[in-house]
Amino acid sequence: MQNEPAHNKVRVEARGVALAYGKTQVLRDINLMVEPGEFFALLGPSGSGKSTLLRLIAGFNIAQAGSILIDGRDITAVPPWQRDVGMVFQSYALWPHMTVAQNVAFGLEERRLSRDEVKRRTQAALDLVGLGEFAARRPNQLSGGQQQRVALARTIAIEPKVLLLDEPLSNLDARLRVRMRHELTLLQKKLGITTIFVTHDQEEALTTSDRIAVMDQGVIQQVGTPTQLYDSPANRFVAEFVGTINLLAGSIESETAATAMFMSPDLGRFSLPRSGDMPEHGPVQLLFRPHAARVRTAPDGDDALWIPGTLVTREFLGESVRYGVETRAGMLIADRPHLSGEPDYAPGQAVHLGISASQLRVLKT
Amino acid sequence: MNSRYAPVPTAVAIAIAIFLMAFLIVPVLSVVYIAFSNADGSLTLAHFMSFFDLTLMRESFWNSLYVALMTVLMASLIALPLAYFTVRFEFRGAILIQTLGVLPLIMPPFVGAAAMQLLFGRSGSLNLLLSEWFGFGIPFMEGLNGVIFVESLHYFPFILLNLTMALNNIDGAMEEAAQNLGASGLRLFRRVVFPLAMPGYVAGASLVFLKVYDDLGTPLVLNVTNMLAPQAYLRITSIGLEDPIGYVICFIMVAFSLAAMWLSVQVMRGKDYATLQRGGNSLSKRRLTPMHAMLAYGWTVLVLLLVLSPHLGILLLSLAKVWSYSVLPDAYTLAHYVTVFQDSSRMMANTLLYCGLAALIDVVLGAAIAYLILRTTLPGRQALDFMATAALTIPGVVLGIGYLRLFKGVEMGGAVLTSSWVLIMIAYAVRRLPYALRSCMAVLQQMHVSLEEAAENLGAGKLRTIRRIVLPLMIGGILAGFVTSFITATVELSATILLVNAERLAPMSYGIYLYMQSIAGRGPGAALGVIAVVIVALGTYASHRFIASRAVQIEMKG
Repeated sequence: MQNEPAHNKVRVEARGVALAYGKTQVLRDINLMVEPGEFFALLGPSGSGKSTLLRLIAGFNIAQAGSILIDGRDITAVPPWQRDVGMVFQSYALWPHMTVAQNVAFGLEERRLSRDEVKRRTQAALDLVGLGEFAARRPNQLSGGQQQRVALARTIAIEPKVLLLDEPLSNLDARLRVRMRHELTLLQKKLGITTIFVTHDQEEALTTSDRIAVMDQGVIQQVGTPTQLYDSPANRFVAEFVGTINLLAGSIESETAATAMFMSPDLGRFSLPRSGDMPEHGPVQLLFRPHAARVRTAPDGDDALWIPGTLVTREFLGESVRYGVETRAGMLIADRPHLSGEPDYAPGQAVHLGISASQLRVLKT
Repeated sequence: MNSRYAPVPTAVAIAIAIFLMAFLIVPVLSVVYIAFSNADGSLTLAHFMSFFDLTLMRESFWNSLYVALMTVLMASLIALPLAYFTVRFEFRGAILIQTLGVLPLIMPPFVGAAAMQLLFGRSGSLNLLLSEWFGFGIPFMEGLNGVIFVESLHYFPFILLNLTMALNNIDGAMEEAAQNLGASGLRLFRRVVFPLAMPGYVAGASLVFLKVYDDLGTPLVLNVTNMLAPQAYLRITSIGLEDPIGYVICFIMVAFSLAAMWLSVQVMRGKDYATLQRGGNSLSKRRLTPMHAMLAYGWTVLVLLLVLSPHLGILLLSLAKVWSYSVLPDAYTLAHYVTVFQDSSRMMANTLLYCGLAALIDVVLGAAIAYLILRTTLPGRQALDFMATAALTIPGVVLGIGYLRLFKGVEMGGAVLTSSWVLIMIAYAVRRLPYALRSCMAVLQQMHVSLEEAAENLGAGKLRTIRRIVLPLMIGGILAGFVTSFITATVELSATILLVNAERLAPMSYGIYLYMQSIAGRGPGAALGVIAVVIVALGTYASHRFIASRAVQIEMKG
């Protein structure tokens, strides 16, 4: 069924989509381009509008403005059952009155395929997710992970142009979730179907997706590859949602061709290398990730910004140790890789945090 | 829970089992035994042969089946669109439909039956109007039609309520998944929505079948005697307690009731389709087009009018001086109410006494059984639930005949048991026990066991925990169970009619039936009917209040 994956790779596009329930604006002016064959994640907290956008693509919600295009064709007015867009539901929505095979065959029967064809493709889809043996079972006789695979098989059996996944892993336990997300990525690469994946779990989005759109309050905050989002978040929301951050408040006072002077009311002045989107002056925030901070008893080098403080918490995470350090600029978090020979610190100890200028990002406030 | 041998629960369980054996299982088995045995005690099928040899019996057999099945069909035709409107559309009439779901239940069908004659009978209001304007009539109330018509209007709420609940419990994603895979319209309904709601429909339909098949009062009041329940009653009361044909009829009725119940259990087995997750969406609601809105409102209002007609009819009848061959009564009077209060205050007092005691027995047994089933590991405790629930499938006629037979000549405190009110009261208690039991089970099921464990952890023993924690938290369900048992017992007729053997022992339901036998008595009968309806309506309202306050309690807890 996936001999020629290339032919069903399509582009999905949202143009100026807006949706409100009464006075609550759920989606505002959404513009999005999902490239053919891409594994694309919509990431955001609950209530951010990500599921609404997905349901809009499936045809279950109707936008008040804008349009959805698949392969350049406007499908805004096409009803859900004619869209050829496969969706895996968060609850799986397996029909309890049908067997696994009947569930998977449903969409093929609706397409009026011949009996043989239905049988062959049902079996192929079940084999693909490794559940060929379970065809005669009822959904309630399967484990959560197996139900999830049946839901997936039922959707890919119809060879949809686009695959929509609505929090497909959220009902699984932690260990199974990691395994299933790995299988999901492999399957998607194998089939090459353009896939849109809704999740509130940043780790899930970062590990699986080619690109991610981070959403909040019905607005797309940033679209980019996982690395782009992590390293160059567009704003504080994206920075906080994708990973852990430290923030230093202050302002840009003056700048030269290569450097800018940052003034912190708590830490004094220091100069930063200029970067492209840095404002000329005014209030900003400096951002750095916990693993970018070095923990030392005293400053050891001039290349970094050194912040003195008192270590107050220590969490052992396995591959690293996470310290909470109380400083004049507030509580800051620093991660130290847990390697033999590295010095450890205990709560109560006076320490210095060193951050290289190259690891500092400037955020407009 | 943790002790292997619990003397108190065991003693309670045995006491309940003895009660149910004595007043439910043994009476029914004795009826069945007589149907299959000769006078000398040897087993035989001869009584069945003679049953099917009698033309009247064959006719009654088929008539009962026909009436029950037709009523299920008619009730489904009324209920299906109503359930669909409420669940599928943004429909303001939903509140009307909910009212529709309760209204018929507050008046027993045999009370309304006489009024229905006057409204829909051959010379009733509607047919008078029809023949005056169009020159034809519709035989709504002719023979079996009348029974089907009255029973359908009375019992459709069972289907409506069960089906609406089943449809509401379907996760909207079930439907969306089907749409996503290409199904829509009627195919979507046929392949996904209806199969998922099927268990709810079957539950309602089998209940309707059971109730109609067993009903004695309605055919009697409508003067239809060629059905099984009236025949059983007539054989026993006219030919005598020794007539084996009466017992054959009883056996057939029990067998069909059990079969209907068994069938519904078979259909429901392994189909707990309540797929709606906490916080999930139910089926999507659509806006009605003007055309559909007209149809929906039209149907709802028509059904509402029909459902209200027995209520209105009985009210008119109770106030009518003369009402015969006219669309509406010719003159009005309160005299019937005066008559009723003068002549029948004893019946009202009897009703309060019998039903009050019966309901009390029901909640005590119901709460005890619920506790034994849900909170102990006593072996065989499920049998108590099974026996108590089986009372639902035993026709009142059968229970009545069983009592007369089994307790014939038994004396208690110097009086013959079969000619005292005690058996009437116990028959009510046994027949209405399932209602009280369900109510108690529901409330205890929702109560987390940790509430009791906390009390035990703080030093309260089992009995003190029951008294200080379990009972106070169950009180809403117990009260609701009491009221349900009480009001449904108020309008019980089929066992009553057999067990009342002196007018001074008669409760209201029997009084209504007696009055309705004569033309002159219809007015006072209707007045007594109105009083019964008011009692039942107040009780229903009270029980809804109890349930509502219980819901508040549970929400506070959560």
